[in-house]
Amino acid sequence: MDITTLKSKKSLIWWTVIFTIFILLIFLPFYTQGYAVVLLISILVYVILTLSWVMFSGSTGYMSLAPAAFFGVGIYTSALIGKVFPFPITVLVGGMASFILAILVGALTLRLKGIYFAIFTFGLVMLIAYSLLFFEIQVTGTRGRFVIVMDYNTIYFYMLGIFMLLLLTTYLIKNSKYGLALRSIGQEEDAAAHTGVNVVGVKVMTFAISAFFMGAVGSVMATKLTYIDPFIAFSTTYSFMPVAMAIFGGTGSLYGPIIGAAILTYLEEILITKFAEVYMLIFGAILVAAILYLPDGLVGFIQKIWRRLMERNHVDT
Amino acid sequence: MSILEGKGVTKYFGGLAAVSNVDFSVEKGEAFGLIGPNGAGKTTLFNLISAAYPVKSGIIRFKDKDITGLKPYKICRMGVARTFQIVKIFPDLPVFSNVLLGLHFGHSSGMSSAEKASLALEYLDFVGLTQVKMAPAKDLTLANQKRLEVARALATGPELLLLDEIMAGLNPTEVSQAMELVNRIREKGITIIMIEHVMKAIMNICQRIMVLHHGEKIAEGSPREIANSEKVIKVYLGEKAHATC
Amino acid sequence: MITTFLDIVISGLLMGGIYALIAVGLSLQYGVARVLNISHGEFIMIGAFGTYILYKTAGVNPILTLAICGPVLFLIGFFLYKTLFKILLAFSDSAEIFEGKSLLASFGLLFIIQNIAILIWGADIKSYSFLNIGVDLGGALFPANRMVTLLFAVVISMTFYLFLAFTRMGKAIRAAAQNPRIAGLMGVNINQVLALCFGFGALMASFAGGLLSMCYPITTTMGMEYTVIAIIVVVLGGLDSIVGSFIGGFLLGIVGSIVTYIEPGLALVAYYAIFIILLLVRPTGILGK
Repeated sequence: MDITTLKSKKSLIWWTVIFTIFILLIFLPFYTQGYAVVLLISILVYVILTLSWVMFSGSTGYMSLAPAAFFGVGIYTSALIGKVFPFPITVLVGGMASFILAILVGALTLRLKGIYFAIFTFGLVMLIAYSLLFFEIQVTGTRGRFVIVMDYNTIYFYMLGIFMLLLLTTYLIKNSKYGLALRSIGQEEDAAAHTGVNVVGVKVMTFAISAFFMGAVGSVMATKLTYIDPFIAFSTTYSFMPVAMAIFGGTGSLYGPIIGAAILTYLEEILITKFAEVYMLIFGAILVAAILYLPDGLVGFIQKIWRRLMERNHVDT
Repeated sequence: MSILEGKGVTKYFGGLAAVSNVDFSVEKGEAFGLIGPNGAGKTTLFNLISAAYPVKSGIIRFKDKDITGLKPYKICRMGVARTFQIVKIFPDLPVFSNVLLGLHFGHSSGMSSAEKASLALEYLDFVGLTQVKMAPAKDLTLANQKRLEVARALATGPELLLLDEIMAGLNPTEVSQAMELVNRIREKGITIIMIEHVMKAIMNICQRIMVLHHGEKIAEGSPREIANSEKVIKVYLGEKAHATC
Repeated sequence: MITTFLDIVISGLLMGGIYALIAVGLSLQYGVARVLNISHGEFIMIGAFGTYILYKTAGVNPILTLAICGPVLFLIGFFLYKTLFKILLAFSDSAEIFEGKSLLASFGLLFIIQNIAILIWGADIKSYSFLNIGVDLGGALFPANRMVTLLFAVVISMTFYLFLAFTRMGKAIRAAAQNPRIAGLMGVNINQVLALCFGFGALMASFAGGLLSMCYPITTTMGMEYTVIAIIVVVLGGLDSIVGSFIGGFLLGIVGSIVTYIEPGLALVAYYAIFIILLLVRPTGILGK
C-alpha cells in the first residue's frame, strides 16, 4: 500500500476518535450525576494548565514555573470584575490580563538562560502573592474575596470550550512554521537566530499565548473556589503540578500531557480528601520515578513497548 | 562594488582586545579569505558581522547600510548567512526541517509551502544530502552536518555567506568535495567570506585574503602576495617553519 | 536612636547567621553538584525535629544534638546523590538538562520527605524552651539562645571555609566547582566529590535546623520558606560563590530586619523584590564577575 494513503487513513481514524470523544464530553452532563462533572472539571483545569505549559516550555526547553502567576491573575480578575461584566467577558479579560503580564515578564526575562529563568518565574509567583496580601490587608482591609457562584455544568462547559480552543491553537502552532521555530530554539537557539528566527519575539509571543489560556481557566476556576485569598489564588502548587504532570505524561506529543494530567488528577481526587499526605507522598515518588525511568513520559514508554511488540510480531510472521 | 565594509571594528573581552580597529572591504561576488593563528579573532569578527556579539566601537556596512547594532535575525533577513565553527545544527529535527527553517524565516518572500518544500529539496540536492533528508540531523557524519549548515544558510537566500572552517576535521576526499561546493556557491553569484586553516583551499578559492593576528589586521592581498609576505610568514607560517627546524 | 539602630543591626545579624548557614549549604549543592535542591528546607526541618524530639524525649542538649543529627543527614545526602542524582547525571546529555531534571527530582523529594514527616510527627506547631534568658547588648535585650545560634552559625561557616581553603578534599571540591571535567582529568574522583558536596549541603541544613529549633517554633511544613530564602540568598551572593552566600545571608538578614522595623508585612515582599531585581540587573550576584 502507498505510504501516504496509509498515513491519511491513520489520521482519519485519529480525527474520528477525537471527534467522538468531544461529542461524548459535550453530552456528558446530560446523562450523568454531579460527581462525574466535578471530577472532569478538576481534570480539565490541570489538563489546560499542563497543555499550556507544554506549548511554551515543552518545545523551547525554558522551564517556566509561572503557571500559578497567570492562573492567579485569572482568578483575581474573576473576583474583581466577575460581578460587573457578563461572564464570557470576564474570562476573556482574565486571559488578556495574563497575556499582557506574560509579555512584560517575557520581554524582561527571556534573555535569562536555563535555571535562572526557572528561579525567576518561581520568585514572581511569590512576589505577587505576598505583595497582594500586603495590599489587601493594608488597603482593602480584608484578606480574601468572594467570587460569583456558577453551577457545575456551566463551569464544565466553559472549561471544555477553553480546552477545545487550546487544543486547536496548540495543533495549529505545532504544524505551522512557528512550531518549527520553537523547536529550533529549544535545540540550538543561536543557530535559530542566525537563520532568521526572531527568537525573542517568538518566545515572548508563545509564552503570552500559553499564559492567556492559564488566565482564562483561572477566571473560570475562581467561580468553583467561591472564596479566594492571595495564597489560594497564587499557590505554587499550580506551578509545579503542570510541570510534573507534563513530565509524567510525556511532552513529545499532544496527548502525553493530557494523559499525564488526567491520571494524576484522578489519583488526587480519590486520595486527597482522606489521605492527603499519602497522596502527596505518592505524587512525589511518581515524579522522581518518572524523571528517573520515563525520560519520554508514560506515553513515550508505552510507544516504546508497543514498537517492540510490533517488531516481535514481524519477526514471528 | 563593495558589499561589506568595516571601519575600525573593535571588540574587547574583559580587558583583552579580541578584534582591534580592523578595516576591511569585501567586493560583491568575490571569495574573501580570513586567516590567522588560533585566537587571532577570526571567528569573533564573524560574530560581530552576524551580530552574535555587539561591537565595542566601529561600524559595519552591508550594501551601504549600517548594520551595527541590528539583531542577528534582521541581519540574516537582509542577506547575510553564516555557518558555525563548531556545528550548530538542530539535532532532533529532520535534515529537511533544518533547511526548511531557513526558507520560512530567512527571507520575506511570498512563497507557498509547496514552493518552500521543493526549494528545500533543491538545496539538499545542491549540497548532496538528498539521501538522508528525513534522518534526524544528529545522525549525520561531521562532513554531512557541515554540508547541512551550508544548505540551511543558503536557504535563507543570502547575498553574503560567512563560512567558518567548514573543512576542519574532514578527510582529504571530503575537503575536495567541500572546495567544489564552495566554488559552486560562488558560481551562483553569492559573495563568500571564509575562515579556513586548510591553506590549499584558501589559496585556490579566494581572490583576496586578510590576515589577523592578536585581533589586528597585519596583511591583506592576493594569495600570492600573502604567501610571499614576510610579516605573514613570520607570525603565521613561521610557527610551522620554526617547528620543522 | 542609636539603640534602635543597634537593635535593628543585631537582630539582622542574628537572623543573618541562620540564613548564611542555610545558603552555604544550598550553594554547595548547586555551585558544585549542580542540583538546585528544592528539598533543602526539608533537611532543615528534619534537623529541627531531630533536635526537638531528642530534647523532649531524652533531654539531650540541643547543641549536642547538632553533632548527632549532622552526620546522619550528611549520610542521607551523600547516598541520595550516590543513587538518585548519579543516575540522573548519567542519563543527561548536557549540564543544562541535568540541572532541569535534578531541580524537578528534588521537588519530588520535597513531597516525599515532607509528607513522611507529617505522617510521623503531624502538622502541629511545636516548640521548646532552651536558654531563653535575656542578654543586655548596648541597651537592648536579646535572648541568649539567639546569640548561641549566631555564634554557632559563624563558627560552623568559618570551619567549613577553612576546610575548603586548606585541605586536600577542600581543594578538590573547589576544583570540581570550577570545571568538573578537568578536575576529573586531574585525578579528582569527581562522583565522590559531588556526593560529598551534596552531603555537606545536607549537613549544613541539619545544623541550621537544629539552631532554628532553639529559637523559633517548628512545623513539618516549615521547609519551603527556608528553601526560598536560601535560593534568594544564593542568587544574592552569586549562584556558585560560597563566600558570596555567606555574606549574602547576613545582608538579607539585615535588610529583613530594617524592613520589619518599618513595616513587618513587607519583609517577604522586600526579599522577593530584591531577588527579582537582582536577577534582572545582575544575575551573577553581588560578588559575581
